[in-house]
Amino acid sequence: MRWMWIDRVVELVPRQKLVAIKHISLAEDHLHDHFPAADGRDAMPVMPASLIVEGCAQTAGILVGHAEEFREKVILAKVGKFELDADAFPGQTLRYSAKIQQMDKVGAATSGTIELLEYGAGGHVTASTVGRIDLMFSHLDNNMSGEKFPEHNFVFGESFKTLLRSSGVAGNW
Amino acid sequence: MTRDEIFTKVRDVLVDALAVDEDDVKPQSRLTTDLGAESIDFLDIVFKLEQQFGFKIAQGELFPENVAQDPEYVKEGKVTAKGLTALKARLPHADFSKFETDPQISKVAEVFTVDALVTFVERKLAAK
Repeated sequence: MRWMWIDRVVELVPRQKLVAIKHISLAEDHLHDHFPAADGRDAMPVMPASLIVEGCAQTAGILVGHAEEFREKVILAKVGKFELDADAFPGQTLRYSAKIQQMDKVGAATSGTIELLEYGAGGHVTASTVGRIDLMFSHLDNNMSGEKFPEHNFVFGESFKTLLRSSGVAGNW
Repeated sequence: MTRDEIFTKVRDVLVDALAVDEDDVKPQSRLTTDLGAESIDFLDIVFKLEQQFGFKIAQGELFPENVAQDPEYVKEGKVTAKGLTALKARLPHADFSKFETDPQISKVAEVFTVDALVTFVERKLAAK
């Protein structure tokens, strides 16, 4: 399994905003463990909140990485706030929006929203905002302790590049 | 803005950034030892102070960077006299009097008290 928790980038305003979507599928193994049937209770496949945070972090992390053409190793350093008001089920889509609030050489602060897209009869889609998240990212090579890391950018690997290419995001990375 | 007003806004920043109770934030509280700040929290605090007070804080202006990596400033785990002079010049908002008595580099973050942040903001606003 690839550690990719977004499926497609649908909007990018460089250095400002990125929107990505994640379709939830019953083919994903983890949904069968979260939560399985037990003690007379039916199974309840729900997208784990921790993986929603990861999806938001990937969304915002790509936005921050793209700002410097993925030269920086952008690492999630802090979840300042995360609120989620509703469960997300198979067949629904999560839409993550991230905005850069502040950014400098050392890192960046982002804020984001989580929307849930529900598909109804006749192709009708409703979207509702179900969460909010504030994240902080560190540019690993400019960390305040001065610690050194490998030169190879292990954060933005081939999977991320494939995602960007398949989303139609052009660039020189 | 009075020093008390600055303190109240700095306290709000710290409550938000460090998830601490308002009552725990006292002028003498040390950001690391008393309020639990870790390295990334320092960047968070810088960003939040910029938003709260509307000024820009240059890298290394509020908190020192890479001091431990400079052999002229640190020898055998202790900040040298030259290092202390440089730190004091770079960080006039911090009180080094206690640190000077036992200048272990591992304890340098303890000079960053709530009071030091308030003084920093006071100086920045006065220079505006």
